[in-house]
Amino acid sequence: MQVTSPVRAPLVTSGKKLHDVTNDICKQVEGKPTKLWIVAFTISVLLLLYGCFCLYKTWTVGLGVWGLNRTIGWAWDITNFVWWVGIGHAGTLISAVLLLFRQKWRTSINRAAEAMTIFAVFCAGSFILMHVGRTWLAHWCLPLPNTYGSLWVNFNSPLIWDVFAISTYLSVSILFWYVGMIPDLATIRERATGISRTVYGALSFNWSGGAKDWQRYEQVSLILAGVSTPLVLSVHTIVSMDFATSVIPGWHTTIFPPYFVAGAIFSGFAMVLTLMLVTRKVFKLEDYVTVNHIESMNKIITLTGSIVGVAYITEFFIAWYSGVEYESYCFINRATGPYWWAYASMMTCNVISPQLFWFRKIRRNIAATFVISIIVNIGMWFERFVIIVSSLHRDYLPSSWTMFYPTMYDIGDYIFSFGLFFTCFFLFAKYLPVINMAEVKSILKSSSVNNNKS
Amino acid sequence: MSVQGKFLVGIFDDEDVLLHSVEHIRHEGVKIHEVFTPFPVHGLDRALGYERSRIDIVAFMFGTLGMILGITMIYSMMGIDWPMNIGGKPNAAIPIFIPVTFECTVLFTAYGMTLTFFVIAKLLPGLTPVMFDPRSTDDKFIVAIQLDRNHLALDKINQILKDNGASEVFEKEV
Repeated sequence: MQVTSPVRAPLVTSGKKLHDVTNDICKQVEGKPTKLWIVAFTISVLLLLYGCFCLYKTWTVGLGVWGLNRTIGWAWDITNFVWWVGIGHAGTLISAVLLLFRQKWRTSINRAAEAMTIFAVFCAGSFILMHVGRTWLAHWCLPLPNTYGSLWVNFNSPLIWDVFAISTYLSVSILFWYVGMIPDLATIRERATGISRTVYGALSFNWSGGAKDWQRYEQVSLILAGVSTPLVLSVHTIVSMDFATSVIPGWHTTIFPPYFVAGAIFSGFAMVLTLMLVTRKVFKLEDYVTVNHIESMNKIITLTGSIVGVAYITEFFIAWYSGVEYESYCFINRATGPYWWAYASMMTCNVISPQLFWFRKIRRNIAATFVISIIVNIGMWFERFVIIVSSLHRDYLPSSWTMFYPTMYDIGDYIFSFGLFFTCFFLFAKYLPVINMAEVKSILKSSSVNNNKS
Repeated sequence: MSVQGKFLVGIFDDEDVLLHSVEHIRHEGVKIHEVFTPFPVHGLDRALGYERSRIDIVAFMFGTLGMILGITMIYSMMGIDWPMNIGGKPNAAIPIFIPVTFECTVLFTAYGMTLTFFVIAKLLPGLTPVMFDPRSTDDKFIVAIQLDRNHLALDKINQILKDNGASEVFEKEV
């Protein structure tokens, strides 16, 4: 029994029926790739190939090809890692946290957001593997028996916690995403013929949609959401501990875990918006991802953006209030030193730009949302850059003070991650259902225009 | 659940109609084999008289296992096998166990529970599901009644289904 609220705006417009949902979503999977898709996919693959060349150089020559120096030992690699893993958080937040809160608007965006999570974590992981230098020895991060006596990894180190957190996060996200997709893959299977029927038949795992299966499925989804929620919070908490447990001024702060988690959700929602605004336009999904969905996401961006803003200011205040000279200098140097432009970009993009969403006109405007979502992600990249590079570049010994200049390989490895991300995303958008059909169907009765009237 | 024999398949267009019909049909003494729906219909499991799923217990047990394995792993490595003296601090301190133990707990819960679900629900690649009607993954709700397991006559069941709002009823042999 579902209760229809006369107050809430419908989540699915144009009076879609159950069969329309199936048709609208399956159409993308069943049709031939469009020209636009082929062009976009080719560009991503080219970016990926260029990135692979830079990665090849990084591996064969060594990390010396990056712009790192004795003072700045971490720069773009870890900036990009934290940026990507932060982006990943929105997918889990949408599918898990909003499921626990029974937010119905999650249903049309959760699938794409979760896919985005997985691909973003791929990119994040690739930077972890790259930055160790000798990637082929990356398994040394795992507690494996080895030939050096019984020397194990050091579980005191947050970097080892990170290995566990990121790999668990990736595995559980893939599981959650895939389990949610099984019923939809069965829908595609029943419509398909020939080879694609075999493929989707294998992918849909014998699903027939019996009531007992659905009962278990819902239980599994709920528990997966329940464990994913603390998981997603733990992941960025642990990422922030990579910095917070060190004794570098500018990093050694207890505010990092909540501040990083808020920032992660902030940038993740911005990335979801960037992707969904394009996807809904290209795939003509305006009836499923409506302006109301966009507005809801913008509200979360405003909230998390404000939390991030408060965190920036608190950090500054505490640096002064602590009376620690090094800490104070680090922050004054961030804002007024040679990296002032990065700090200013961060402040403008992350703190000021989302405040525009207080205006209803702006947060319901698609073009404005698209622009701000990109600005937010630029700002969040700068935030990580500011935290990492500006804290390192002027250390305790003024004779070692220096600046960081990226080389073409720093940039190339960043391009690699974009290539990887968009190649995966375009493949997903073409060959898998971008909207969770089963879940959208389950809210259709309570949240569609057509049925509200009748 | 053996799926063989003659079935009577009733097709419904609306989930609320279905939910009430299932109750009525069962009330009339008809045994329902299974109901197939394109999306989870809340309350359908109760209407069908299914017991609650105990998969949450499985999840809890796997979580506990993961937690124990996590603690055991870290303690045996840091405390027993190769104790390290790092700045004179305890070589196996409980607080540093927390993050990795938590991740192990989550990993075991998620994978243990989901794989159990796949096995008990026979959700494995390579099997071909019995589909009474392909529309049950699209927009129709399907009630499958196994005729050999019901005492009532075919016509009688047919009539009960129709009276309860089935838009279409047909026989199917699987």
